[in-house]
Amino acid sequence: MKDEWVNMRLVYGRALVELGRTHPDVVVLSADVSNSDHSYMFEEAFPDRFFNVGIAEQCLVDVAVGFASSGKIPLANTFSFLFATRALEMVRTHLCYGRANVKLMGAYSGLSDSFDGPTHHSITDIAIMRSLPNMTIVVPSDPVSLNKLLLQVVEWPGPVFVRLTRNEAPVLFEEDHYPHIGGAVVLRQGTDLTLVGMGMMLDRCLKAAKALSKDGIEARVIEMHIIKPLDTLCILAAARETGAIVTVEEHSVIGGLGAAVAEAVTENCPVPVRRVGIVDRFTETGPYHDLLDHYGMSVAEILRAAREALSMKKKIPHP
Amino acid sequence: MHHYPEELIKELAAKAQQFRIQVLKMIYDSQSGHLGGALSCAEIITCLYFQHMKVDPSRPDWPERDRLLFSKGHACAMLYTALSHKGFFPIEELMTFRKFRSRLQGHPEPAKTPGVEVVAGPLGHGIAIGTGMALAGRIPASQKPSAMSAPTAMASAYRVYVLLGDGEINAGVIWEGAMAAAKFRLGNLTAVLDYNGIQQTGATADVMPTEPIADKWASFGWHVQEIHGHNVLEILTALDRADEVHARPSMIIARTTKGKGVSFMEYDNRWHGMVPSEAQYHQALRELEEGLS
Repeated sequence: MKDEWVNMRLVYGRALVELGRTHPDVVVLSADVSNSDHSYMFEEAFPDRFFNVGIAEQCLVDVAVGFASSGKIPLANTFSFLFATRALEMVRTHLCYGRANVKLMGAYSGLSDSFDGPTHHSITDIAIMRSLPNMTIVVPSDPVSLNKLLLQVVEWPGPVFVRLTRNEAPVLFEEDHYPHIGGAVVLRQGTDLTLVGMGMMLDRCLKAAKALSKDGIEARVIEMHIIKPLDTLCILAAARETGAIVTVEEHSVIGGLGAAVAEAVTENCPVPVRRVGIVDRFTETGPYHDLLDHYGMSVAEILRAAREALSMKKKIPHP
Repeated sequence: MHHYPEELIKELAAKAQQFRIQVLKMIYDSQSGHLGGALSCAEIITCLYFQHMKVDPSRPDWPERDRLLFSKGHACAMLYTALSHKGFFPIEELMTFRKFRSRLQGHPEPAKTPGVEVVAGPLGHGIAIGTGMALAGRIPASQKPSAMSAPTAMASAYRVYVLLGDGEINAGVIWEGAMAAAKFRLGNLTAVLDYNGIQQTGATADVMPTEPIADKWASFGWHVQEIHGHNVLEILTALDRADEVHARPSMIIARTTKGKGVSFMEYDNRWHGMVPSEAQYHQALRELEEGLS
């Protein structure tokens, strides 16, 4: 891993423009936040294919449904929590039940809009979206992953919720990395336990793995960029081969990555699973990384969960 | 302006009445469905599918077809009846309405029923989805061949129609869509408001007053016409006029009667979703058949 942090909104804006060039059917829709999420870059390049519907998220999703039904590939843009809450009925009825080929580009996910506070933090979006049949959930974790996955999102048949971050993200992958929707990525090999992370949590997982290694514990680290459908083969292999799992997510521990992993593991290969994330509460305003630390997503918290999982693993016979 | 011969007007009016009879039979047979709002939109739907709209039942996905968004989805017994008589699927299938394993779901589902454009049921979606469809129609279809869009077609060759209930315009997203359609100057979008004055629990004037309804739509930037919604000639003429409006979406406020054609159902909100008893069914059938002559 390089020690290089990149502005993910710029990466997204540039990726949109590239998509505009390669995919003439792509249209970009916005609920008047294009200078926040950087979709304005697409607007500048393709003004005839960019539509601002105003501060009206339900309308945003429905207009996208209309585009999709006429063969376009609409990328709707607003904040994650607004897709998951205000526009949810549109998402359920037309994207999921009606299978409208709409891509929801969820900006400012997790705590990344940190100074706007809990009203703008998106900590339940994955739980809500994951409960809907036919929904696909993609969480890019670095600039390379975002670029490569966005292309696949556009070509993926049916609705996709893409969870984007507002802030800078560390570069995890080399340019020749090619993730595909459906397959988790093993970032670090190990056999003592597994850390499963998504998005901005990968950097912290890798730091935790390094610290554990100093104590002679070798942790496998999995980048789960697709929450639904979950790569259960990769998760179950980790359960079998390492016997203990810690999930790390910038989200409530209810219904998110940890829940998805725990469901798969409990039913198929029960081993200890500890979930690191926000423990069923709202957050507060503050600096991003301070909030992550304070609300349960610090490296220390990952280490604590890892030690708990390891000690439980010893008490429970390995399957 | 088109001239519509008297015979055509009579033929469409008779067809609408036959559709009412069909809808009554379907809902009575399945003991489930929404009669009042289906009976009120009979002439509107008949005029759209059997005279005004450009559709081809042999090609439900034809990119250049006109689209009807049946936004008041609960009244879909009337939509299914019109689609089957138009040839989108066998008429015999109508009697499977709302039954287990049927293609005719309780509310419209395009993946199951040929000719249905969008999922409807939860109310209020029609204008905003129609806005997206109408916008897509203005963009030249992609040069890149794909299964979903014809490579050479100019999609602007179609018009988008939305059938709204008057209860459903209580929903905020209707007005979000109304603003967006006006902003984007969608001359290829026409909405028809089935203004029957009754919603589930009472009169619209009591539940959520919508007047002055014409002024509301006009102030949102729409071209507005008000017509008698059971008069075939008025419907056809208004649809023609709406086609001629440029750079503005069109609203046709069609004054109708909920439960139209059945004396004891008219103006009574209980018939929004109630199923008639055997005696009521026979009386309703008799009255509707008398209305044919």
